Amino acid sequence: MAKILAGVGCSHVPAIGVAMDTGITHDDYWKPVFEGFQKSREWMKKKNPDVIFLVYNDHCTAFDARCIPTFALGCGAEFQPADEGWGPRPVPVVKNHQKMASHIAQSLVLNEFDITIMNEMEVDHGLTVPLSVMFGDIKKNDEWPVLVIPLCVNVVQYPAPTGNRCFNLGKAIRRAIESYEEDLDVIIFGTGGMSHQLQYKRAGLINSDWDKRFLDLMTEDPFGASQITHLEYLRETGSEGIEMVMWLIMRGALNDNVTEIHRHYHVPASNTAVGHIILENNE
Amino acid sequence: MTEKEYNNIPGTIVFDADRSREGYHLNQFCISLRLQKNRDTFNKNEEAYLDNFPMSKEQREAVLKRNWNLLLELGGNIYYTSKLAANDGINFQNLAGRMTGMGVDSYREMMINGGRSIEGNRDKSEWGEN
Ligand SMILES: [Fe+2]
Repeated sequence: MAKILAGVGCSHVPAIGVAMDTGITHDDYWKPVFEGFQKSREWMKKKNPDVIFLVYNDHCTAFDARCIPTFALGCGAEFQPADEGWGPRPVPVVKNHQKMASHIAQSLVLNEFDITIMNEMEVDHGLTVPLSVMFGDIKKNDEWPVLVIPLCVNVVQYPAPTGNRCFNLGKAIRRAIESYEEDLDVIIFGTGGMSHQLQYKRAGLINSDWDKRFLDLMTEDPFGASQITHLEYLRETGSEGIEMVMWLIMRGALNDNVTEIHRHYHVPASNTAVGHIILENNE
Repeated sequence: MTEKEYNNIPGTIVFDADRSREGYHLNQFCISLRLQKNRDTFNKNEEAYLDNFPMSKEQREAVLKRNWNLLLELGGNIYYTSKLAANDGINFQNLAGRMTGMGVDSYREMMINGGRSIEGNRDKSEWGEN
């Protein structure tokens, strides 16, 4: 049977992708951001998963305002990196484990999570930046060393799904993955955040104390984290900090008891606090 | 209509279903600029390109004047308006420098020093608003 080994929480700032694509990760500004992922890349190599289940959001790239699904599962064979207005990132096409994705789609709906099924979808920095930071420099003509099942969450138009809903969806995703008959190692990513506000007069808001408490909750009290209200995210972490509900999907898919393998926190990357955590399921 | 609980957060426009309705054509215009061929057409003749999108006169003016804050007030969302900004060669950070009125350099400086503090920025009353 397939098995979830671990969860990864990770910001997905577009400028991090630009820094990698233009080769400036060693300059003074970016160095501390990338140093925190050194250990993660070694860990990832050791774990060598077959599939990443990657929870992210689209930033008005593949989805425009015509259609705004709350949860959309990527079921197509592959996903092209999208042009977000400054040209597509020079990274490989993302390949799905299509059979497993179909199984998950079916299992989720039968478990009363009525997701949208996407058979064609481009993917933006929300998906490709976490892959890049966790797997290192992989060029356009190479291949990602893993198959990826994307789950795209609406966090752009208020309200995003509640933290509680996301946490419970994580549990349903785990049931779906662990009822898949093939012996596959899966790692689940929850991406986005941490505190940041990109818009209007309060842009630039960062709340490091709040972020660090959230990282603590990820390890020690995930249920507590799942009860954080939308209003608290908006007020305390900035209008775009609400992306952190996506970490709760990842956390819901893990055991209650986990071991924190690694944590990294740095301000700033562009407008954003970069947060990262690796949690392994205890046997 | 009852007051929305998030309306007392200062300097923040929450892009909810009401905003989404008001900003629909504006946002669809912005996202069309994701594609190079549309950027080329728009850059050749902005007014003619805008005729394809039935947005309000106010929204249209705000686009032509690149009034970034007004675009948000009129239903634009930052992930859409950032496509218009990208077309002008303005990235997210420089756009924030403009929207905050701080200018690009002092905004960048603030971010390097840890960003805008949450203290004094939770409630409109702290900004001397309502
Ligand atoms: Fe995001």
